[in-house]
Amino acid sequence: MSAANTIQMGSTTPTTEEEQFISGYQWMLLARLLEDKLTSLYRAGKIVGGVYVGKGQEAFSAALAMQLSPKQGDVYGPLIRDQAGRLAFGENLMDSIRTYLGSVEGPMRGRDGNIHRGRPRDGMTAMISHLGAGISVINGMLMANRFQGKTGVVGAACIGDGGTSTGSFHEAMNQAAVEKLPLVVAIANNLFAYSTPNDRQFACKDLVDRAIGYGIAGHHCDGTRLEDCLSTFEEAVAKARSGEGPQMVVGHMLRLSGHGQHDDGWYVPESLKVSSVGQDCIDNASKYLLKREWATEDELAAWEKKTRARIDRAVSKVSKEPKPDGARENWYALSTKHLCEGTPEV
Amino acid sequence: MSTVKAKQRPAPRSGDITYIEAIQAAQAKVLEEDERVFIYGQDVGNFGGAFKATKYLADEFPGRVLDSPISEDASVGMAIGAAINGMRPIIEMQFADFSSVAMNQIVNQAATHYYRTGVPIPITIRLPSGGNEGSGPFHSQSLESLYAHFPGLVVMMPATVEDAYSMFLEAVAIDDPVIFCEHKFLYYHLKAPALPEKSLPVGKARIARAGTHITVVASSAMVHEALKAARTLADEGYQAEVVDLRTAKPIDTDTILASVARTGRLLCVAESFPWGGINAEVVSRVVAEGFHLLDAPPQRLNCKDTPIPYHPNLWAAHRPTASSIESAIRRILRF
Repeated sequence: MSAANTIQMGSTTPTTEEEQFISGYQWMLLARLLEDKLTSLYRAGKIVGGVYVGKGQEAFSAALAMQLSPKQGDVYGPLIRDQAGRLAFGENLMDSIRTYLGSVEGPMRGRDGNIHRGRPRDGMTAMISHLGAGISVINGMLMANRFQGKTGVVGAACIGDGGTSTGSFHEAMNQAAVEKLPLVVAIANNLFAYSTPNDRQFACKDLVDRAIGYGIAGHHCDGTRLEDCLSTFEEAVAKARSGEGPQMVVGHMLRLSGHGQHDDGWYVPESLKVSSVGQDCIDNASKYLLKREWATEDELAAWEKKTRARIDRAVSKVSKEPKPDGARENWYALSTKHLCEGTPEV
Repeated sequence: MSTVKAKQRPAPRSGDITYIEAIQAAQAKVLEEDERVFIYGQDVGNFGGAFKATKYLADEFPGRVLDSPISEDASVGMAIGAAINGMRPIIEMQFADFSSVAMNQIVNQAATHYYRTGVPIPITIRLPSGGNEGSGPFHSQSLESLYAHFPGLVVMMPATVEDAYSMFLEAVAIDDPVIFCEHKFLYYHLKAPALPEKSLPVGKARIARAGTHITVVASSAMVHEALKAARTLADEGYQAEVVDLRTAKPIDTDTILASVARTGRLLCVAESFPWGGINAEVVSRVVAEGFHLLDAPPQRLNCKDTPIPYHPNLWAAHRPTASSIESAIRRILRF
């Protein structure tokens, strides 16, 4: 694996409130425009499987990952709608495009697609589709740090409202609490798990109330507001890092797409779309940038143009890369090759 | 919360080392020699485990033998994460049966990880397996066929004290996930004079008894039932060759075929449920690759296709025993 293909580390860390916000906005914009591009490639038949976007939750996703440092050993378990967070954590833009397009140059080499990608050795796990199962894996990475005497390291795991109903989620939360791990769990409550609304998913008043039951700290933020997400995650991650144990952060927002691009989300009521929870975090963030005079309309337009060009260049490059070949694939499920069972020859 | 502390581990006895003591000694050895190793499971800490496989170890290796909550899923998930970050976790399931709760982590997370990401997951999951009198449907199952079904796992089934020790050391050394099926019936009954210095490599089957009239392929506790049956038949002049598989995955097809080439007859014995599984796999391979070697249709003997009954009278009739193996061998020899 060449250095250029691994998680990018060591970019300048934004420090002031303005720098933080602009940085967050740019990750959100990159994620949104990348996913728009992936959606059009999917509709053009260039992507098989599916495309799952994080439209509407880029602020919540990016704000968490911006607090993490893979260089320091922080680990990150993104989920379906965390393109923005993946980029902010340091995922190379090419990793996403290569995985979606099935390039052998990508981290998954055509063996897994779309959102199921990661670079575990660089601190970013490769999610499986079974929701909640990734949280205890992050717990384990943090336990390894403890055994190895590494301190000041944080692990973050992402989940949605639907994923909180699984047994895996409960076991992992309780485990993290018992071990007092420096874990931040980000629950993006986008009001729908595929088509199932919150009132068919759980009966508590607010998911953040569950933190009390686990004996951990709970935080709440408005997922449509980048400024709120940034300040909430800054506090939660700092607390986890300083040894205050697991932190649960619940963000509210509306999923501004279907479950995947095969689904138009017809079941989401119009009343929610026009309510405050239905606001687009990118629109809100650009208005905020203008209001605080941190950017002008022209600058916003220039950022967008530059970002689109960057994505187009990357897609163009990846499109020319080789696809996997079933006849040349190494069909080994174990790294211990001599213990692999050969496929019976006919 | 404070608890009463267990006593210290006595020096290993020589002359009559049991199967469970071999596993305990192997765990102590890997903890001693490899700082990446830790043990995590229900009641494995101060209490020493439901079967005492970790007795004294929490005291001897402070902070490295940890009680888990009753959370099989999170236990295996945690082991996977720790393995990604350089550790060599050992997970003790209190009973093999409860590993079904962790099935998702085992087959979807651990077993797929290397193929998907190129990063292997060196974890060892200990499964106290198989039946015992009075254990009933939820403390008796043999799940090796289930785990062997999934690509990305190694499944070990030691049948002897020596293999329990040496295969465990290999399980921890292997860079991939290992399902280590230890048999509860053998824990205290089986004894060996000493722990082994050398062993067959993992992946190789063992000829537990040489013979010329029929090959009996078995594993774990069934090896001993097959050996008993073979001894009875030997009195009548029939020599059964007993092959101890040692690993359910991979299956050492070469050793089995070589044995069938000598005997021309095959019986497969397993304690697991009859539908599919190791027996079916072995028969299938022998028929596909060694049809010309067979003088009689190969047969298999499993437990019955019901949940495992509690009462000793029912349990004895449910699983294969020396007596039912002997009858099966006679039927094949008469063909």
